[in-house]
Amino acid sequence: MHIMEGFLPSPWWELWTIVMIPVVIYGIYRISLVTKNNPKTKPLLALVGAFIFVLSALKLPSVTGSCSHPTGSGLAAVIFGPAIAAVLSMLVLVFQALLLAHGGLTTLGANVVSMGIVGPVVAYGTWVICKKAKVPSSFGVFLAVALGNLLTYVATSVQLALAFPTAAGFLDAFAKFGTVFAVTQIPLAIAEGILAVFLFDFLVKYKGKLLNTIGAVNLPSALTRGN
Amino acid sequence: METKHIIMLAAVVALVLVPLILVPNAEYGGADGAAEDLILETGYEPWFESIWEPPSGEIESLLFVIQAAIGAIIIGYFIGYEKGKRAPREDTD
Repeated sequence: MHIMEGFLPSPWWELWTIVMIPVVIYGIYRISLVTKNNPKTKPLLALVGAFIFVLSALKLPSVTGSCSHPTGSGLAAVIFGPAIAAVLSMLVLVFQALLLAHGGLTTLGANVVSMGIVGPVVAYGTWVICKKAKVPSSFGVFLAVALGNLLTYVATSVQLALAFPTAAGFLDAFAKFGTVFAVTQIPLAIAEGILAVFLFDFLVKYKGKLLNTIGAVNLPSALTRGN
Repeated sequence: METKHIIMLAAVVALVLVPLILVPNAEYGGADGAAEDLILETGYEPWFESIWEPPSGEIESLLFVIQAAIGAIIIGYFIGYEKGKRAPREDTD
């Protein structure tokens, strides 16, 4: 989903950078708030950040015959909310832009918006709805993370279609980029959803009380377990 | 690890292997690269280049591996630490 360095013309790269900045600033504020109120969340922050690091480095084959990678930011959004997921995603994207020539500094805004904002907002929203509807948490996390992953790639397709509409217009371009990105992503979204549930189940078992305290889960049983 | 989790991990492995079996002759290039080609077809020229690029594919994969390893060490440390904290003490050894 990385838009390559220099591949977004003006005014689009400026626009996405402007969208990114307030969200990242708010996310940094949220991180300082949550770690001040609950210092025990620091290892948890490192964990969800590490999940983004691992998953976004895995280039996996897909049924379309091309490779793409999961994002990992959905789990961070489920546990800490989308703004914090945006900060963690930005760290990974900066690492990749500077050391791997993957993505770029001029396209950082667009890439943070898709992977760090749109995906996490979708994941977080889905998770909140699933919690309210009392959907079993494993399935809720799966759905939230898988949809967050998929919508990240839909967002990238929209960004590219806006910048590069074909003669037939935006929708035609969106269909083209969507075929490249979103379709490839479907099995990978499922895989990321499963991996997130794997880690989430562990967290509920060992860190249930902490997850309850920060409002990530709403499990009465978690109050008696873990710290 | 419960049975459920073993099945889940097997499903992830299957999701990765199935494409290789179903579409054995595909190129498996990056989707990012495919999008890049679509853009270049329109005659667009990128206006900015990466400040630094890995000198070869080998170095690039080295850096990707380091990225994954850093994350995996943190996840493994966290899981081991929490499990160890909860495990019953065995002082006889």
